[in-house]
Amino acid sequence: MTAADIVKEPSMLKQKEMIAHNYDLLTSAEARGQKVASTFVPGNLNELIRCFGLLNNLPEINAIQNGMRQLSGDYILEAEKRGHSEDVCTYVKADLGMMAKGNLAPNGKPLPKPDVLLLSYTGCFTFMKWFELVREQYQCPTIMLQVPYQGDGQITQNMRDYIVKQLKEEVIPTLEKVSGVKFDIDRLREHLAASAKAEDDLVWVLETGKLKPSPIDAYFGGVYYIGPIFTAFRGTQDAIDYYRLLRQEIEARIAAGLGPITPEGTMAKQKYRLVVEGPPNWTSFRELWKMFYDEGAVVVASTYTKVGGTYDLGFRHDPNHPLESLADYCLGCYTNRNLPQRVDLLQKYLTEYEADGLLINSIKSCNSFSAGQLMMMRTLERRTGKPGAFIETDLVDPRYFSAANVKNRLESYFQMIDQKRKVAATTGVHA
Amino acid sequence: MNTRQTLVERCSALFEDLSFGASRAWKDAQPGRKVVAYMPVYVPRELIHAAGMLPLGILGAGESLEVIHGDAYYQSYICRIPRSTLELGITGRLDFVEGFLFPSICDVIRNLSGIWKLQFPDVYVRYFDVPQNYVDGIGGSYYRRELEELKEGLEHLAGRLITPEALRASITLYNENRRLIAGLYALRTERPWQVPSSELYLVVRAGMVLPVEDHNQLLKDYHAAAVEEELPIRDKSRIVLSGVFCEQPPLSLIKAIEMAGCYIVDDDFMLITRWLLQDVPLDGDPLQNLVDAFLHHSAETSAKYQPEAKLKGQYLVDAVKGTKAEGVIFAAPSFCDPALLERPMLQTKLDATLVPHIGFKYAENSGQMQPVREQAGTFADSIKLWSNP
Repeated sequence: MTAADIVKEPSMLKQKEMIAHNYDLLTSAEARGQKVASTFVPGNLNELIRCFGLLNNLPEINAIQNGMRQLSGDYILEAEKRGHSEDVCTYVKADLGMMAKGNLAPNGKPLPKPDVLLLSYTGCFTFMKWFELVREQYQCPTIMLQVPYQGDGQITQNMRDYIVKQLKEEVIPTLEKVSGVKFDIDRLREHLAASAKAEDDLVWVLETGKLKPSPIDAYFGGVYYIGPIFTAFRGTQDAIDYYRLLRQEIEARIAAGLGPITPEGTMAKQKYRLVVEGPPNWTSFRELWKMFYDEGAVVVASTYTKVGGTYDLGFRHDPNHPLESLADYCLGCYTNRNLPQRVDLLQKYLTEYEADGLLINSIKSCNSFSAGQLMMMRTLERRTGKPGAFIETDLVDPRYFSAANVKNRLESYFQMIDQKRKVAATTGVHA
Repeated sequence: MNTRQTLVERCSALFEDLSFGASRAWKDAQPGRKVVAYMPVYVPRELIHAAGMLPLGILGAGESLEVIHGDAYYQSYICRIPRSTLELGITGRLDFVEGFLFPSICDVIRNLSGIWKLQFPDVYVRYFDVPQNYVDGIGGSYYRRELEELKEGLEHLAGRLITPEALRASITLYNENRRLIAGLYALRTERPWQVPSSELYLVVRAGMVLPVEDHNQLLKDYHAAAVEEELPIRDKSRIVLSGVFCEQPPLSLIKAIEMAGCYIVDDDFMLITRWLLQDVPLDGDPLQNLVDAFLHHSAETSAKYQPEAKLKGQYLVDAVKGTKAEGVIFAAPSFCDPALLERPMLQTKLDATLVPHIGFKYAENSGQMQPVREQAGTFADSIKLWSNP
């Protein structure tokens, strides 16, 4: 299938334009005199960054782009050649390797040196080391925003206060200094209100996975749906427009009784409804997706689409409580929740989305996601009676994607679901 | 008589006992006693002790325990310490433990706290988060409240309040413990032939399972015995061992490094025993004193954020200078994110100061030590032959 044959909806084209425009802004920032903050996706403070007129450059998104464009393998090797262990996160190595090889954005132009590193490390310890490593290269001001982990499965007032204090006393003053722009809380409120509008539509979209047939694929399609809101666009009119357009497309699909769009067109038959836990593999993204839609497997809910915010659990950015709202956003991201909370959320998805089972894509690079997933799967099988399956890949290291192994596992899993159905039809006992 | 040999034999027996007989004996000695386990890298043991409970350090299960159940919980690309720790739990070896603290060190140990909650619902489990912000009014306030929450949890578990007097008494004992261990480390730096690291390791490791009162006596006895008995001086290279702060290497790895021609003159084993770098003051509010000690007088390791870019890795350079070491051996557990992500930054710092270094990985059950011996031996020889006088 050539790139020209791939089916794309207007919302996908709009998102593509938004991302391309953002990369153009980033690569021309220095010439235009605009300043840039590098920061991470989970727990990003896009609304706040925008208050200072800063652009937002996200290393994970660069790594994903490089993974999908088959560049990350070389970048990882470059980082390993420079002494980074083969055991550690490949996002980190893809980023460092990219920097070593010219730091080129997808538009072929060099990314700018950031004016500030905003380290908000939500739900992943590696982020902290990542920015210490990046700081060595850039020698620019670094701001640390520590987000406590929900070890006991709840957000305490102490956690919230800690984040708000860091925002007030360290993050905002440093951003003022770097940007030369005075902080305006009303401007932040406007961005937060805009975020909440887009978040409403995103939740509406994700929850259509409950319908039969599902008009969306909440994992492979889902990563496109979360793109704008998880990255540089939350709090912008562009994001509001994108999600309104997406919603309209899905409303039309529902009215026509259609399934999700895949790269090869509308998915006709939905034989298996799955919940997926874990990030996708980016280097063989389409190949992996095809293994699903060829078998009639649609993902009705996923946890990866909550890694940059758990909006479906009710959270919205709140202009009436701006800093507290940013704190709660950071604290609530999926991987900042403890394992029992993650199990509860998956159980809710398996039940409410009437899924046939749980599939875990266990990622070698990501201990934050992966450590504990086998126990999670067993606990959920016990609680719901629904079968679980486990595949292993990586984020952006092509060496860890074995198509034959993954396909075998998936086929066996689908046979297991078929068998369960047969038994249920015979005995009348359903999971 | 407490000779070096009898003391080391006792420590070795404690090290090998994966049923934790000494800790069980302490518990059984009086009805109502409770035990609170903890993992690396730091928890304030003073609070557990002040509640009348025994802090028990769990550093995995070493090389002798066959991990069967634990492997079913973890993928092959995750380090070994969580799987062997789970093995200890599932096989009942930790059935006498009422509480378990999982400190903020990495995502694997963090997630193990959740596994423990699911697997052992009757155990008091707490993920012990610490500030990465060292400003009194920001990270300090947060940490103070975290300690208060921990204190409340421990009081509930123990069924008694932790009074300021009890906490001061515990701080006194742990101050002494830290001083005694620092004294042994200083002795090893000065006369490494007198304090073989394979012995020092066992002596300090005993403090993970013994009550602090007993461990303090053991440390005093060993110090006296180490000074008393003269051991021959060897022509070895002085090295710092870095990266061993969580999953432990087999004892044979420490011996292999020593036998290959190295004196280990500093290391980051069991940092909890040397985390607080000064005595915690006894006057005033003892809880606040623990907060202040953590913020302003605590050790550095890769689990901590270094706010000052230029100071990144300086702790290792200081350790090399302070101990007159001639090189650094980086030994890290396979798949250890903190150690392996930190290593390139430390290497850059060492390169800038012309300190030679080598690195390798291990697992707690690594069996083949010949490659380590060859690598360490070549390193020791290269230092002797080519380093600046």
